[in-house]
Amino acid sequence: MMKDTLPAEFFVDVDHRRCVRCKRCIQNCGFSVYSFADGIVPDHSKCVACHRCVTYCPQQAIRIEHRPLAFRQNANWSTQHILDIWRQSLAPGMLLTGMGNDLPYPILWDHLLIDACQVTNPSIDPLREPMELRTYLGKKPDLVSILKKPEGGFLLKEALPPQIRLEVPFILSAMSYGSISLNAQKAMAMTAQELGIVMNCGEGGLHKDLYPYGQNIVVQVASGRFGVHREYLNAGVGTEIKIGQGAKPGIGGHLPGEKVSLEVSQTRMIPMGTDALSPAPHHDIYSIEDLRLLIYALKEATDYKPVSVKIAAVHNVAAISSGIVRAGADILHIDGFRGGTGAAPSIIRNHVGIPIELALAAVDDRLRQEGIRNQVSLVAAGGIRSSADAAKAIALGADAVALGTAALIPFGCNVCQRCHTGNCSWGIATQKPELVRRLDPEVGAERLTNLLSSWALEIKEVLGALGINALESLRGNRERLRGIGLDSQTLEILGVKPAGR
Amino acid sequence: MKMNNDPPQPPQHSRTGFSHSYQKDISNCGMAGLIHTRGGRIGGEVIIKAVASMRDRGNGLGGGFSAYGIYPEFRDLYAFHIMFEEASSKRNAESYLSENYTIHKSEPIPIRPLRVVSSPPLLWRYFLEVKEERMLYLFPELDERDFVMRSVMKINSEIPGAYVFSSGKDMGGFKGVGYADDIGHFYRLEEYEGYLWTAHQRFPTNTPGWWGGAHPFCLLDWSIIHNGEISSYGINKRYLEMFGYECTLFTDTEVIAYLFDLLSRRHHLPLSLICQSLASPFWKAIDRFPEDERSLYEAMRMVYGSALLNGPFAILVGHHRGLIGLTDRIKLRPLVAGIQGDFVFMASEESAIREISPQLEKVWALRAGEPLMVELEAQA
Repeated sequence: MMKDTLPAEFFVDVDHRRCVRCKRCIQNCGFSVYSFADGIVPDHSKCVACHRCVTYCPQQAIRIEHRPLAFRQNANWSTQHILDIWRQSLAPGMLLTGMGNDLPYPILWDHLLIDACQVTNPSIDPLREPMELRTYLGKKPDLVSILKKPEGGFLLKEALPPQIRLEVPFILSAMSYGSISLNAQKAMAMTAQELGIVMNCGEGGLHKDLYPYGQNIVVQVASGRFGVHREYLNAGVGTEIKIGQGAKPGIGGHLPGEKVSLEVSQTRMIPMGTDALSPAPHHDIYSIEDLRLLIYALKEATDYKPVSVKIAAVHNVAAISSGIVRAGADILHIDGFRGGTGAAPSIIRNHVGIPIELALAAVDDRLRQEGIRNQVSLVAAGGIRSSADAAKAIALGADAVALGTAALIPFGCNVCQRCHTGNCSWGIATQKPELVRRLDPEVGAERLTNLLSSWALEIKEVLGALGINALESLRGNRERLRGIGLDSQTLEILGVKPAGR
Repeated sequence: MKMNNDPPQPPQHSRTGFSHSYQKDISNCGMAGLIHTRGGRIGGEVIIKAVASMRDRGNGLGGGFSAYGIYPEFRDLYAFHIMFEEASSKRNAESYLSENYTIHKSEPIPIRPLRVVSSPPLLWRYFLEVKEERMLYLFPELDERDFVMRSVMKINSEIPGAYVFSSGKDMGGFKGVGYADDIGHFYRLEEYEGYLWTAHQRFPTNTPGWWGGAHPFCLLDWSIIHNGEISSYGINKRYLEMFGYECTLFTDTEVIAYLFDLLSRRHHLPLSLICQSLASPFWKAIDRFPEDERSLYEAMRMVYGSALLNGPFAILVGHHRGLIGLTDRIKLRPLVAGIQGDFVFMASEESAIREISPQLEKVWALRAGEPLMVELEAQA
């Protein structure tokens, strides 16, 4: 007899001596793990380890464990490989997943170390001295032209192109209404407003409730053109053309019809209940000259607000980036291969693209060699997990970092990677009203603001230790980084000396 | 002489980009500078006396001087002071120079051998005129000073063992390994007369003293002496590389000279704004400026963020029209100024000024990030 079920990945252990049968776990689980039959009965195979039940069990009677699958040890055939083959032999189709690449590729952030001052230059105490994190995204001219005022002093001769001002060097990554809930987007918009940064609304249009946050929003135009209209394009402080995404370079998107509720359908301007398919390429962009047309079309439509172009970090990212800058982009947003997603085929998420650390270093170098680095601001994304990662990204050359997964974790997410199911028990990656309402936007905003304020403090502490008091002195200052455990070729690409040199 | 005190080697420029494998030099120091605002000429012994009083600020591993107005008979020619580590460096450099310049005079820089100044390199000076046909042939789009700037970069980065100390007109940089006052005597500076002098007593902390690494750093008219460490060096260097400047001397002071050259000569910014890009006002202050100024300073910081000099520094910048003193934005290094008659003095310590001008009409400490710019009065 052939297998027709898969072994459960997790084991849900309910301690019946503690359980008071309040059934909160049944209510809270978005994945229908629990039922009641003279006691709580878990269906282990449905558990994704999102820990909603664990958090809300008043008796702390629930424990989620890895279910040990005692297959014969095999360094070649991992349990995952075996389970994936079983899964695909049961029903044809691509394996889907959510969030970012979870395979153990090298994480270069963890091989970079930051410098500090000792003796010859004093470190600066950020609690006592000013410490500046402000940054501006947008095209900068090669030089500032000035005029002499007749009464003395100087005037700017030519105003700079519009810029997006960030009080701290963070952007909230594009996560569309549809892939995440409106409440999650609202929490991000409130955070962006509170901190003086921006959120990107993703390719799902902009819900009318978010228009008041326009000064802190960048609107996205992607291959499906969902929700794009004149008012939308002008609702934010800039626009972004999404060419690619780190989690799924080269492929499009698919929001299943069951997530297209009335409000999602109104915002996306598609019929309710229909699948929202974003094509793999933009069908009006088959090469760089087409991109230029779209960039300038958006600029014309928005009175020349900054246009960002987002690409996935792929092998030839430096040359591609140079082309994008020359096509007129004001911001270049590079998403590394560990970037998250609401849904992607595992094969793409896990095997396509390159790490943001290398992509960022290569792009920053290339743009400098070509003398066009000032024409664009670089936003690095795809696996920024901490303020340390952010500081290292800035030292490698980024103007700011974009945060997706890190921005969702404060809402309760624990990276269970089941966003694509639409069952998110935390009300983040779901459109089910009973789940969405669990996420209070104000509470979410408070948590996310706490997080990013903490990161800002930590980056100030790093700047102080480095003896510098402005973010621009860290940006691209690779002299203050050292590599550890990296081969010489990687060090060369990163433009970083090995520790000890 | 390359045995123990091996200088850092010029970067190997790979086809794909600029080298990151360099050893950066840092140092902490004493400085003195003086200018006669009506162009009166002062002998070198005066500045030697001032800087000698700050021996505690050096450790005998570097000293140097810049002097303006010392070559009036050649005032229209570029005066190149070059050090050569070996005879072949000199041959190579000279063949490059004679190809591109008319050499009006070539001579060793006069020195006085001293026991305390050991193993000097070959020190030579050339008075040069750009061969116009070479410039038009090589870089038709460049002006003459760009051509000279590129020559300096080329010699420093491509001719092994040759380093250009200074390359301006009617000025010169004199520097070496030793206490500044000894270096001054070594170069017989009392035999020169100039209207503007700066002197530097160096305390290098992480590399053996190397003649090329002493201050001042000069490019064209600019001379910089510097007390401190530029913690933003990494990005300042990469910014300059975008404009063709190659930082070959591995000390953060070099970037200051190049930044002045870039922002002044090529971006046409007035000196006051250059100083305020290098040590910019804080955003908190900019946000409170009146609208006109606010948009100017906001633009300056956005465009010149990579030129911001961050970290502790006090610098004295010499140029043909005057002398500038500047400290970092939170003043982590000392700088004092004094006025007496037509003289303006600046130094790390008031005592160094009092040493040569016990009477001062006014003496004060510069404020953080606020430049003191002394200009020569229009010459009669």
